[in-house]
Amino acid sequence: MLKHAQFPLYALALALFAFAPELVSPYHLSLLGRFLAFAILALGLTLVWGYGGILSLGQGVFFGLGGYCLAMHLKLAALPPGEIPDFMQWSGLTQLPWFWAPFRNPYFALAALFLVPALLAAGLAWLVFHRRVGGVYFALITQALALALSTFVISQQPYTGGFNGLTDFSSFLGFTLTDPSTQRLLYWLTLAVLALAFAFCSWLVRSNFGKLLTAIRDGENRVRFLGYNPTPYKVAVFALGALLAGLAGALFTLHVGVISPALIGVVPSIEMIIWVAVGGRASLAGAVLGTLIVNFGKDWISSAMPDLWLIVMGLLFILVVTALPGGLTGLGASLRRPVPAFRFPFRFPERKPSSAPTVSIVAPEAEDLP
Amino acid sequence: MTAPLLEVRDLTVSFDGFKAIDGLSLSILPRSVRVLIGPNGAGKSTLLDTIIGRVRPAQGHIVFQGRDITRTPEYEIVQLGICRKFQAPGILDSLSVFENLALAARHHRPWWSFFRFGLEADLTERVEEILDLIHLRDKRDAPARSLAHGQKQWLEIGMVVASDADLLLLDEPAAGMSHAEVEQTAALVKRLSARHSLIVIDHDMTFVAQLDAPVSVLHMGRLLKEGSLDEVRSDPQVASVYLGRVEEDALGRA
Ligand SMILES: Nc1ncnc2c1ncn2[C@@H]1O[C@H](COP(=O)(O)OP(=O)(O)O)[C@@H](O)[C@H]1O
Ligand SMILES: [Mg+2]
Repeated sequence: MLKHAQFPLYALALALFAFAPELVSPYHLSLLGRFLAFAILALGLTLVWGYGGILSLGQGVFFGLGGYCLAMHLKLAALPPGEIPDFMQWSGLTQLPWFWAPFRNPYFALAALFLVPALLAAGLAWLVFHRRVGGVYFALITQALALALSTFVISQQPYTGGFNGLTDFSSFLGFTLTDPSTQRLLYWLTLAVLALAFAFCSWLVRSNFGKLLTAIRDGENRVRFLGYNPTPYKVAVFALGALLAGLAGALFTLHVGVISPALIGVVPSIEMIIWVAVGGRASLAGAVLGTLIVNFGKDWISSAMPDLWLIVMGLLFILVVTALPGGLTGLGASLRRPVPAFRFPFRFPERKPSSAPTVSIVAPEAEDLP
Repeated sequence: MTAPLLEVRDLTVSFDGFKAIDGLSLSILPRSVRVLIGPNGAGKSTLLDTIIGRVRPAQGHIVFQGRDITRTPEYEIVQLGICRKFQAPGILDSLSVFENLALAARHHRPWWSFFRFGLEADLTERVEEILDLIHLRDKRDAPARSLAHGQKQWLEIGMVVASDADLLLLDEPAAGMSHAEVEQTAALVKRLSARHSLIVIDHDMTFVAQLDAPVSVLHMGRLLKEGSLDEVRSDPQVASVYLGRVEEDALGRA
């Protein structure tokens, strides 16, 4: 499953993280908890982008959907019987909207936080990929989706809580969320989910599916002429990435006690790309590492100089795209042999011989056939 | 008379009005080798593009094993039994030599078998054989991008063989190879003809001579001449085409 040589290292890291509640302050523990939730999303993005070559600039959408699915339940669970959420009352609603009602059931909410992001992602990916729309367009479509969803949530204040999002939760499945013991449990739960997701993803990338995914990234057209239809595999990995993002969003909502449109729009979605790019886009350990480093860095910089972060983020993005395409985990390789930062879209050999090892942000374009 | 494996009937392919293939007909018998030659731009690669579904013809049909595949999706054409090597190596850079071959070998396996590791035992045996066939045994686990040019060509030939297709299309398999490599490639092609039918495109006349197979000459999307290499070589029209002296109207009479 995992490479044997690396196994002790991962076990050690897991043990260290498991003891974190004893080692760090409650403030840092709460940060670590939410960053570990982010790391679950980053694992999904590594599969989608690093292995599948599909750049998604809308991962915040799936994170948000997972978060909102759980938040709707938490909001309802915090109400006395018969009442509707405060923001609905302010907007003049007297009855709970029909699509809110099933979220009273925690198990419905749990199922929804997996299914809603995964199904939306699968539908979108299928629509785009089966028509062989290229990677750049897909990236733009996902970005448009992030913009559309965050704008929509803000505009539908009576139904979504608008700009402020959903907050003021009290308990989940009988656990009081503000309890320090619940906070610790939640931390361990997040760590356990991350560890499981990590093990699953490591298994997946070494399976035949992972090899095929890598092949599709290297040459989608070539793979077609080896007898494979790439579409279902691309759809599957994109849906899996969305599922992990939704799970991350739900855990994040439990940690922080709020989910709002500010967390799911275009800018957060681009930040997610940076977490993965910094760690090394095709490395699962790099995804976790990159997420922790970038987020602790962000916390540190923002508390010192709040305006600086956006600039640092932009510079980081440029740096990893141009100078360090392998990220931190690819640092050794980058130093050993210089890797050209950009790769021209894959052309069929007849028209243009392909060159040496190259990396691109977006998967090679599908060549259009007359 | 045996039924042809592949029949190209009255095929026309045009790119914005320019006819790269112009009313071409051709048939390939089972377990035979056919060599396609012709000057640059004659339409040889385009013919292969059309057979594998990469380019759709304006007119005409392609029939494989009695089945019309003119509009069949590319990956289904491979599953039916046609696989192609591209002109410059189209291998998957990040995968190892073995993984490239394994990918090509297991295209017909059901989707759930993708959620397991490695290659099925029956296919492993075949792939290991192919490793010897293409002289890449000691590069088995090397990433494909690290191979030399000639080795990449061989790897792609190996992938086409691994697909176990009945009809193999090799687009300039010996291009850019050393003299010794060209000889080995010719021997390889002849060995393959025991199990597969092949269409081989090449410019290198020493390579073509070693194949010792019927030759079709393509020019401006049409079939100019068919016959043995010697017959074709001694044809004045073919000679003038290669020297670039043929006139449009001379072709019209051909
Ligand atoms: N996708 C395409 N779009 C436009 N023209 C093309 C395309 N593919 C091939 N051609 C043209 O068709 C002609 C035949 O090309 P090709 O089949 O590659 O020749 P060759 O016999 O050298 O393999 C050439 O003139 C080429 O420019
Ligand atoms: Mg050609």
